[in-house]
Amino acid sequence: MQPATTHKATAAKRNGSVSEPVAVRWVLIAAALLFLALFLLLPLAAVFSQALEKGWAAYLEALRDPDTISAIKLTLFTAVCCVPLNLFFGIVAAWLIAKFSFPGKSFLVTLIDLPFSVSPVVSGLIYVLIFGLQGWLGPWLQAHDIRIIFAVPGIVLATLFVTFPFVARELIPLMESQGRDEEEAALTLGASGLQTFFRVTFPNIKWGILYGVILCNARAMGEFGAVSVVSGHVRGVTNTVPLQVEILYNEYNYAAAFAVASILALLALVTLVVKTVAEWKIQQSLAGPDDKR
Amino acid sequence: MSITVSNVSKSFGDFHALKGIDLEVPSGELVALLGPSGCGKTTLLRIIAGLETPDTGNILFNGEEATNRHVRDRQVGFVFQHYALFRHMTVFDNIAFGLTVRPKKTRPSKKEIREKVHTLLKLIQVEQMADRYPAQLSGGQRQRVALARALAVEPQVLLLDEPFGALDAKVRLELRRWLRRLHDEIHVTSVFVTHDQEEALEVADRIVVMNQGKIEQQGTPSEVYDRPATPFVFDFLGNVNLFQGRVHEGTAKMGGLVVETPEHAGTRNAPAVGYVRSHDIEIERIPFDTASLAAQVHGVVTVGPLVRVDLKLPGNVEGIEVDLSRDVADRLDLKVGELVYARPRKVRVFTDDYVI
Repeated sequence: MQPATTHKATAAKRNGSVSEPVAVRWVLIAAALLFLALFLLLPLAAVFSQALEKGWAAYLEALRDPDTISAIKLTLFTAVCCVPLNLFFGIVAAWLIAKFSFPGKSFLVTLIDLPFSVSPVVSGLIYVLIFGLQGWLGPWLQAHDIRIIFAVPGIVLATLFVTFPFVARELIPLMESQGRDEEEAALTLGASGLQTFFRVTFPNIKWGILYGVILCNARAMGEFGAVSVVSGHVRGVTNTVPLQVEILYNEYNYAAAFAVASILALLALVTLVVKTVAEWKIQQSLAGPDDKR
Repeated sequence: MSITVSNVSKSFGDFHALKGIDLEVPSGELVALLGPSGCGKTTLLRIIAGLETPDTGNILFNGEEATNRHVRDRQVGFVFQHYALFRHMTVFDNIAFGLTVRPKKTRPSKKEIREKVHTLLKLIQVEQMADRYPAQLSGGQRQRVALARALAVEPQVLLLDEPFGALDAKVRLELRRWLRRLHDEIHVTSVFVTHDQEEALEVADRIVVMNQGKIEQQGTPSEVYDRPATPFVFDFLGNVNLFQGRVHEGTAKMGGLVVETPEHAGTRNAPAVGYVRSHDIEIERIPFDTASLAAQVHGVVTVGPLVRVDLKLPGNVEGIEVDLSRDVADRLDLKVGELVYARPRKVRVFTDDYVI
């Protein structure tokens, strides 16, 4: 148990008067580990064991199903559309908010948080209300033969909305803590706005960007609620991976359902690793020239 | 390049940071903007740099209108209090930055840049640290690198915002003397902001004392120190004792203190305050020939090369502080509770129309 031993080592060095008694510490650590095991590790293990219940052959067979493959393709397509767009919007929004002051700034921050506070199902419904047949733009879209709801564009739009805050939310506190001094220094030295961004701002926030992108990507691929409302569940056409899992599960095809789910679980693990590395790098970049202040 | 600031005002919401500032910085001078925090000195510096825009008024460089000129076209070197070095670049890249961002036409060759940076590294005495990152340098080294980075683009004006504020006392002293020598060598018009009167007095050719968004006084260090124009300047530049009293036709009476003040010859029976620096008071055990004040020793503290004596005066609740040299203090050998006589050598009397 690596974490426990390091904890003990640092606790021994610390002044005894400010730390808890040994018994209390062990009870707290044990409680935290038990909770983690029960609610995080066990389900994860369950996903993989269920997926491989009928052996590797059945597992690969389930993944080779044409509907599943098309679901994976659609999910990838959605992520490829949403992540770059939200990356761009997120950086622009974070730059505005962290480096400039202007009227309506706190309103903009609230707007960015909106997708977090609204239930995904509601965000899906919003798009149905706007673009659906009975919606505001429905008749016009119908007349021009443009399909958004129950089609791929609706899925992309809903995902775009739900994943909007991730990059911006990650970058705003990071950029605010780094202040404006370096950008101002670059300007006084004659750098243009773009040079300042790419040579000064970007290197300082690149790990924050990666962190935001990986979270945004994980959510884009895993989004269920909003996508479920606008998708229409057309097999092989408008089913994403999470929707495909649901369909397979409802058909009592557990092994296949868990096999497809294991892809999402793997994605989550990769996300966690990248996130940890990015967080560590962000700490390092913050501890840069300010450590002796 | 000379700088002219004409009638510049700036507000942040309800806060008036600057109120109609007029200032002239002649070419080649080293000028200190001195004042307490919140007096507007940094705002003024940032307006000169172009990092803030004034609400009203103009900035002129060499007599030419520059109020709306963009920061990057102003040819100013700006040194920040917390260095603002690019943390992901080496010392070399930091100093070279201003040259490498130039458009291709005016950008020096790689070789020229390298030579220029090495000349600057020599100037700031950190030649062997070209490949280090800012985090690996001490505070004093970082600030020198920041200065070299600003100088690399050969600015017409050098602006320094509390350049030594984040350094410890010893390094601060070293660095400000170094800055003075550097300025004597390169003679670039420089303005630096500080709240440390000692720093301003030691380094600057001219001092501009600011308070609450206004200029209180400007002049050479000895002018502002020896002939403060306002009570605020008197108070801000060094330790001061106050004597309350009245002035009538050129004579001020404050407690037992009587001072001739020809400058107030026309004043008739007005309240007045006498200002005396703590090192401008003598102490003896026997009364001086002229009017001296009887006082009781309340405390004696040795502060480095000085001995600070607290005196209680009858009718002066606050008491007064006297700074004696160690020699004089040793000769007097004052004991707490003793009765002594104090005599101010220099008194400056302000009538009450000045309000601090």
